[in-house]
Amino acid sequence: MPDATGLELAAQELSEAIPGSILGTEFHRGRAVLLADPPQTHGVLERLRAKGYSFLASLHGVDYYPEEPRLGVLYELLDMQSVDRISVKARVATDAARIATVTDMWPGADHPEREVYDMFGVEFEGHPDLRRILMPEDYEGHPQRRDFPVGGEPVLFTYNEEQNYGKYQ
Amino acid sequence: MTLTEDYRKRESSITFAAEPAGEGETHELLTLNIGPHHPATHGVLRLLATLEGEVVRDVQPIVGYVHTGIEKTAEDKSYWKVIPVVERMDYVSYYFNAMAFCGAVETLLGIEVPPRAQYLRVLHLELNRIMSHLVWFGTSMLDIGALSVFFWCFRERERVLDLFEYSSGQRMHTRYIQVGGVMEDIPVGFAEKVREFCKEMPRRADQYADLLEKNQIVIERLRDTGVVDQQTLLDLGVTGPLLRASGNPWDLRKAHPYTSYDHFDFKIPVGTVGDNYDRYRVRHAEIYESVKIIEQALDGLPEGPFIATDRKVALPPRHELATSMEALIHHFKLVTEGFRVPPGEAYYPIESPRGELGCFVRADGSAKPARVHMRDPSFSNLQALAPMVRGGYIADLIASLAMLDPILGGIDR
Amino acid sequence: MEIERQPLSDFRVRQLQARDMLRGDLSDEELERYVEDRVLLTTVEKAVAWGRGNSIYPLTFGLACCAIEMMTIVAPRADIARFGFEVLRATPRQADLIILSGRVSIKMAPVIRRLYDQMLEPKWAISMGACCSSMGVFNNYALVPSDKFMPIDVHVPGCPPRPEALLHGILRLRDKIQGHRREGWRERYDAVGTEEVLPQADGDSAAINVYQPGDTAGA
Repeated sequence: MPDATGLELAAQELSEAIPGSILGTEFHRGRAVLLADPPQTHGVLERLRAKGYSFLASLHGVDYYPEEPRLGVLYELLDMQSVDRISVKARVATDAARIATVTDMWPGADHPEREVYDMFGVEFEGHPDLRRILMPEDYEGHPQRRDFPVGGEPVLFTYNEEQNYGKYQ
Repeated sequence: MTLTEDYRKRESSITFAAEPAGEGETHELLTLNIGPHHPATHGVLRLLATLEGEVVRDVQPIVGYVHTGIEKTAEDKSYWKVIPVVERMDYVSYYFNAMAFCGAVETLLGIEVPPRAQYLRVLHLELNRIMSHLVWFGTSMLDIGALSVFFWCFRERERVLDLFEYSSGQRMHTRYIQVGGVMEDIPVGFAEKVREFCKEMPRRADQYADLLEKNQIVIERLRDTGVVDQQTLLDLGVTGPLLRASGNPWDLRKAHPYTSYDHFDFKIPVGTVGDNYDRYRVRHAEIYESVKIIEQALDGLPEGPFIATDRKVALPPRHELATSMEALIHHFKLVTEGFRVPPGEAYYPIESPRGELGCFVRADGSAKPARVHMRDPSFSNLQALAPMVRGGYIADLIASLAMLDPILGGIDR
Repeated sequence: MEIERQPLSDFRVRQLQARDMLRGDLSDEELERYVEDRVLLTTVEKAVAWGRGNSIYPLTFGLACCAIEMMTIVAPRADIARFGFEVLRATPRQADLIILSGRVSIKMAPVIRRLYDQMLEPKWAISMGACCSSMGVFNNYALVPSDKFMPIDVHVPGCPPRPEALLHGILRLRDKIQGHRREGWRERYDAVGTEEVLPQADGDSAAINVYQPGDTAGA
């Protein structure tokens, strides 16, 4: 991991190159996170990739309910030559949940972006085939948002066997 | 019919251009559904293969048939209870799932894992790696047609499961790795049984190799099929034995050691060509290396506690509950509410038998995690199937899928 | 099936009897008795059920973790070939028994129902493990219990059930097919009459701390 000063230097460098792209930095327990502005995340990632963080380890979403902007997309980058990890976080609001895709840089972001779309509802502009991957195609709702209910069936005991879900006859 | 139009629109990632063949004739492409229920699909994976004759032009995997909402369920449970939920994700390498999650929570808590617990974790993780490779070996050779290997591998697997039952009481999904260490110290006699197993396992692995190495059918099916170059794999986010088979010696146990893996001396098998035969050889060689690590772990097992001594996180030992009031209160709080984790986010990657297994945990200060995401290696590795099989035959598709080692529980979570 | 056997005292005696029979040296009554000892009387249904129960063809159908334990019953240690069930067919048209091993997600449920419909009568289903019998560890939006969309004959609890537990479930199914009504646990432990007494629908509202049906929300 780049240490705290290394992180600040990287943030400064990126802010100078793309003005307004870095909204902040976080450094917690050895993990460096750059908070990026959603419209410019693609540029930030491109520059980080050129700097050496060429492996996209993980692309996933987080729902920060009730803090706005609610939906966060996290990119975990890895530099294999110097064994360095850095994360980029882009937070979008539910009503404007759009962000540029990174499948042009990393083709392996295809399935993870589809998963974030399926589970959180973030649309990736420019994605070749954005549709649901884990839930059925016609499912309504985005399950992993915090306000989506966990769901489930009531457990079948002898006393509620008849009145509960129709046991197949 | 709108259904077909819809379907055709969804197939837009597959090219329909007719390929010329032979004497200037063009052939039509056929889309074959290798459906969720198929003997060779290692779980419920659905493949839409576009075929031209017997040659595969494209393959599109469709997943989600065993999606269990593990990450959503984990947000509902306290940290201790998340461990069995998360363990059932990649259901062959269950110690690794628990290790990634516990590692992330330990990072957030900032607690130290005692050295004895670290060595015990390494021991069980390497036993699980051997077991995962045995399951992979048996089932993939079943796909290729070598039935005896299946029976032999599962016989060895039963011995590993006996060891797991000895140390934790359960064959599968043992919840042995807990936040702060391991659940229990190893019982008397465990070390001897593990040493017996370690003496025998390399001989058995030699037997499997003897059966397959000189077999013409195995060589024809595996050599030079499913070749992908290293840069494509890196762009796709592939790690693990697939990447090592194509020549890149990336292994998190050596690159970024966790749980005192740097105390052990072992090698990383790396392939040269990147075909299916190399993938088989890399995994087969990893079995020997894991046996070496297990023996070193047993030889150097330090004394000490098997779980962190911080009573706010780990349960106090049972005998103290009768005498100490603080121990009773800690026990009560831990069992009813669970420990609270200060707010923060952590991403903890480990090297599972399939590649980089990472766990992202976001804590918001309460006793339940706010987000648990497992970065599963098979999810990314599955995207490498398409480049592997383009231009090959269906039989090579089956062999490549077997050598890819996808575990659908991890892909679908 | 009714089997009538004369208790023969000595193996040697039986051997000599067989030798005499082959030579034609047995007297009329002895010959009658010899033949009767080796005749079974039964009904066609019972004979067919016996045959069906002893040669079940399971379908190779594995979903999740329970599938690994299902593979171990084909493997040497817990060996299903002892009972004659080692012929696992890959196509539902040729299989009798579908073992739902693992969690059934909502995307997979119609596929399983279609597979079950493609199987030919007589067919049986075993729901293996906690996830498909009830909701198991994961009581959430993504799973559906198998009882909801297909009839199940035997539920095998466990997470995952040991291979021996699954074999016990398969053998109970075999008993069910062959018509042997195994005694339930209440008969075996002399506990008939200890079934739950359901509280009255209108409820003894004077009583406090009495759970009415529908009070507990389920796990």
